[in-house]
Amino acid sequence: MTLFGRKPTISAWIGMVIVAFFIFVAIFAPWIAPYGEAETVGKTWAPASAEFWLGTDNIGRDLMSRIIYGARTTIGVALATTILSFAIGMAAGLFASIGGPVIDTILSRFVDIMLSIPLLVFALMILSMFGSSIPTLIITIAILDSTRVFRLARAVAMNVAVLEFVEAARLRGEGNWYIMRREILPNVLPPMISEFGLRFCFNFLFVAGLSFLGLGIQPPNADWGGMVRENARAIMNPMNPGFAPLWPAMAIAVMTIGVNLVVDWILSINARPSGASAEM
Amino acid sequence: MLRMLVSRLILGILTLIAVSVLIFAATEILPGDVASAVLGQGATQETLAAFRKELGLDQPAYIRYLDWAWGVLHGDLGVALTNKRDILKTLAPRFQNTLFLAGFAAAIAVPLSVGLGIIAAINEGKWIDRVSNIVSLSFISVPEFFIAYLLILFLAVKLGWFPSLATVYQSMSFGQRLYVAALPALTLTFLVTAHMLRMTRSSVLAIMSQPYIEMAFLKGLSRSRVIIRHALPNAAAPIIAVIALNLAYLIVGVVVIEVVFVYPGVGQYMVDGVSKRDLPVVQACGLIFASAFIILNTFADILSILVNPRLRRPK
Repeated sequence: MTLFGRKPTISAWIGMVIVAFFIFVAIFAPWIAPYGEAETVGKTWAPASAEFWLGTDNIGRDLMSRIIYGARTTIGVALATTILSFAIGMAAGLFASIGGPVIDTILSRFVDIMLSIPLLVFALMILSMFGSSIPTLIITIAILDSTRVFRLARAVAMNVAVLEFVEAARLRGEGNWYIMRREILPNVLPPMISEFGLRFCFNFLFVAGLSFLGLGIQPPNADWGGMVRENARAIMNPMNPGFAPLWPAMAIAVMTIGVNLVVDWILSINARPSGASAEM
Repeated sequence: MLRMLVSRLILGILTLIAVSVLIFAATEILPGDVASAVLGQGATQETLAAFRKELGLDQPAYIRYLDWAWGVLHGDLGVALTNKRDILKTLAPRFQNTLFLAGFAAAIAVPLSVGLGIIAAINEGKWIDRVSNIVSLSFISVPEFFIAYLLILFLAVKLGWFPSLATVYQSMSFGQRLYVAALPALTLTFLVTAHMLRMTRSSVLAIMSQPYIEMAFLKGLSRSRVIIRHALPNAAAPIIAVIALNLAYLIVGVVVIEVVFVYPGVGQYMVDGVSKRDLPVVQACGLIFASAFIILNTFADILSILVNPRLRRPK
């Protein structure tokens, strides 16, 4: 089988299977999960058994069911954030590339200042103001993350905006919006696809991190970062350390590695023009 | 060269000022009212008005900003809303703790990752390079608290070598502090080493593919001589930039790690402030983190100007 005109490598296949598996779990959570999302079914931190495959959590809910439902929230929020972030970042980036030097300078300098504040610190400041409901969380992280998308989109679009067909469209009398949408956008998409994967990984870890700090997705919604936080004390028990916080943390790790494997493969097909690292 | 240095320095200061405005704006001017955010939905009009007056919120925004900035420059960060304590007094020892933890991690991570990065670059494509590539990629992919809890489970709970919570007191000796902070420092080391190793490797490789390196090889020089005399002086600038960038990353990474290990640093204070909606505390911590970030980045640029052989002038 070929994808994007290439045969996927083994690691790309592994990545795709992981991602597909988690997406399947997220979509069909209510049918797969043996117990309800917020249903107390056993005693606190019961060990893994035939009844509760991964044991129970800090208030006796089935851990595996929580992880299955958590896939919905955690992946859903990260995906929505990344999509919104790309919509904002690419629109601004493309606009900067054709809107003239003044607009470009204003947007670029503003983004430079935004980038000189660590993302987590910035997000914490805004969340302290608005509280953390899911919509606030998505909008906040998307706006902060769009500064990174802007950088790449602008760099790629700048190279496209000077080509002849853009000039031709301008001479035909097309407006900025038409040129952005029909002339530049299709030509910047290929490098943006792998960037989307990388930004998704970043946002995914970021949402999980915020929830772990207790400042992201709020209970009773199950989400992987929050579950690590709720169950953290189980592991500290010196007599009988429980693995409860490790399972959701491992789910986060496996998902990120899966996406990274796919992205690595896509990257090897079309090398990113900027060569910049999106890890930070 | 002097002109470049001075202009970089001025740019750094301007960024600091712009960032302080942005921090202030993000927490105070954005739609959403501090008073009702702090007091909650049930507050009456009178209490809201009184609270606004107490915070000085009845003043226009630019006056409040100048007030705040003036205070910060004179070492007055205000008082915390929740317990009315002076923020600077709470923050100073915590800042020392955070610097201690970050410095501890950096002392292990920097030599380790630069060394490994150079080794990986020299042996590009061989097994040692592949192993370091896979290991560092997996450390980057997993959340920091996953590494932290694995270390707690094995090194603290099962083996009992280190305490699982890093409680630091003022009266502790240096050795005791090192012992208590070992696990959080180790976690941070793993995180930063992975990033730094990959970036060091790619910047050395970028240099190794330059024509003058090929020229040096074609002259018949030994591999070690080419790397030490020709590649490293030119790789120094990017490597230093990588180190500073990762030290800046360390400052941020510290937030989650401090919460995991209940380490009394600035990050924990900030997270606490956010969950209690204590705006002055959040602003102060945000300013400290952002300043450290900007200062390190400026420092990196200045160092890379200083060590770049191409910018050296004959005396």
